[in-house]
Amino acid sequence: MQDMISKEEIKKLADLARIEVTDEEVENLKSEMGDILDYVKLIQQFHSDESFPKGKVEEGSDIEVGQLHNIMREDENPTESGTYNKELIAEFPKKEGDYLKVKKIL
Amino acid sequence: MTIKDARKLLDSRQITAIELVQFYLKNIEDKNKELNVYLEVYDDCLTQAKEAQKIIDEGKAQSLTGIPLGLKDNILIKGRKVSGASKILESYTATYTATATQKLIDQGAVILGRTNMDEFAMGSSTENSAFGVTKNPHDPERVAGGSSGGSAASVASDMALGALGSDTGGSIREPASFCGVVGLKPTYGAVSRYGLMAMGSSLDVIGPITKTVTDSEIIFNTIKGKDKMDSTSIPHPDFVSTSPKLGEAKKIKIGVPYHLLEQGGISEEVKENFEESVAKLKSLGFEIKDIKLLNIDKSLAIYYIIMPAEVSSNMARYDGIKYGLSKEGKDLLEVYKKSRGEGFGPEVRRRIILGTYILSSGYYDAYYGQAMAAREVIKKEFTVAFDAVDAILTPTTPAPAWKIGEKTSPLENYLADIFTVSANIVGVPSISLPSGYVKIDNKDLPLGIQLMAPHLGEHILFEIGKKFLKE
Repeated sequence: MQDMISKEEIKKLADLARIEVTDEEVENLKSEMGDILDYVKLIQQFHSDESFPKGKVEEGSDIEVGQLHNIMREDENPTESGTYNKELIAEFPKKEGDYLKVKKIL
Repeated sequence: MTIKDARKLLDSRQITAIELVQFYLKNIEDKNKELNVYLEVYDDCLTQAKEAQKIIDEGKAQSLTGIPLGLKDNILIKGRKVSGASKILESYTATYTATATQKLIDQGAVILGRTNMDEFAMGSSTENSAFGVTKNPHDPERVAGGSSGGSAASVASDMALGALGSDTGGSIREPASFCGVVGLKPTYGAVSRYGLMAMGSSLDVIGPITKTVTDSEIIFNTIKGKDKMDSTSIPHPDFVSTSPKLGEAKKIKIGVPYHLLEQGGISEEVKENFEESVAKLKSLGFEIKDIKLLNIDKSLAIYYIIMPAEVSSNMARYDGIKYGLSKEGKDLLEVYKKSRGEGFGPEVRRRIILGTYILSSGYYDAYYGQAMAAREVIKKEFTVAFDAVDAILTPTTPAPAWKIGEKTSPLENYLADIFTVSANIVGVPSISLPSGYVKIDNKDLPLGIQLMAPHLGEHILFEIGKKFLKE
């Protein structure tokens, strides 16, 4: 269980997720995530083709419901430009006029 | 008092909407300090009530006109604060209104305020709220459950006549069970998610928490329906939940997966109460059938893979740039990392990092891919089961409400969802009904049973629920 995930891996994941974590938290996460991953790995013993217990439920029959499918719509009737500007701009943490202000990237 | 009772009193002019809301505001004033149910009580409740009274006076009242309701702090109303019980949105004002809330407002319901919850709905006890835990009205040393703990406690302690919550893995049903009230998780898509802060988008649904099944049905019928702002929403047929006389109509069959009760970690009190509930349902004329759902024990593992994966994607929007908390940093990367590191609480950070791991290349197939395949199998298993029975019955939780601070590891908390997550994985509707009390430390702690029905089968839940609670 201890070997499920290393401290280095956790630091890398936190980096990827853009979350600053302390060394102490990395230590805690290592054991907590180890426990969780150890629990959820029971999913890996799952073989979808074999384990579906068709005969085990009485009077059962095979009907497909809830199939996933894509829902499409025409790209039309756009909102008139500026409709929501006021409220959205009001929520900017930093702004200059109506512009969102961010740190220089390059 | 119930919503149904209040409706009669309002329509017959025995009370006014203003008097009604004053009653609830008084209770909030008396109890909120101790129980920490509301994060904010709106300052215009009386104005809302006056507007509602006008509608009533004009004879145009609908089922929720003038009814004081609580709103979970992750459902938006334009121009009002909403925080998801998170520091990262502590001073955020919503820029649009959720469809479900709009439907309540359109009827002239009085929205009292926003109720406490686990941060971004991640938790089972509201102990993960950035603004303190909600206490259980039946025993303030214990949790109210979660994540919709504030909503459940508001109804249980007469601080609202009903409330909206959201349910991703049990977040309506578990607190309803802990607080002794009725919690409905509707069919996935039956209520629009537009304006609900996203947690696990393939699992999330908004639903009512109420005192009675009749009230649950009233709120559900108001908020349900297809919405062009949520492409996963579906039209919901208008079923009239009738009560055919027993013996005349076809007997409703309730399946009980007894094998689930044999796994470890389920308290004796819960098992005993469950047996009593089954006996009660039998005596009410329902046919009870032992069924086996052989893969359902994997539901919780599937859930704790799919949910953090979706969480890690959904939480990416909180970046310290567009809205919400923004921390200073030497460059853009540091702004992100500090804002998210300080803005999110420990459980949210944990789930984001866990989800990032699960979705990273090299682990994706072993976890996420496998969980998605297993999800399909569980769905099929339920389809087959619902060919044999009309509803499936389990306890709502493996134990009554725990003491605040008692559970120390995340995994321990997650196990509270063992019975509830399956309905979210499959997308079927599910209701938690109060089924009695157990005496612990000289306090009566509520217990609950959970019923699940096929997709769009809310009317079956209402029918069984009303008989069970003798409504």
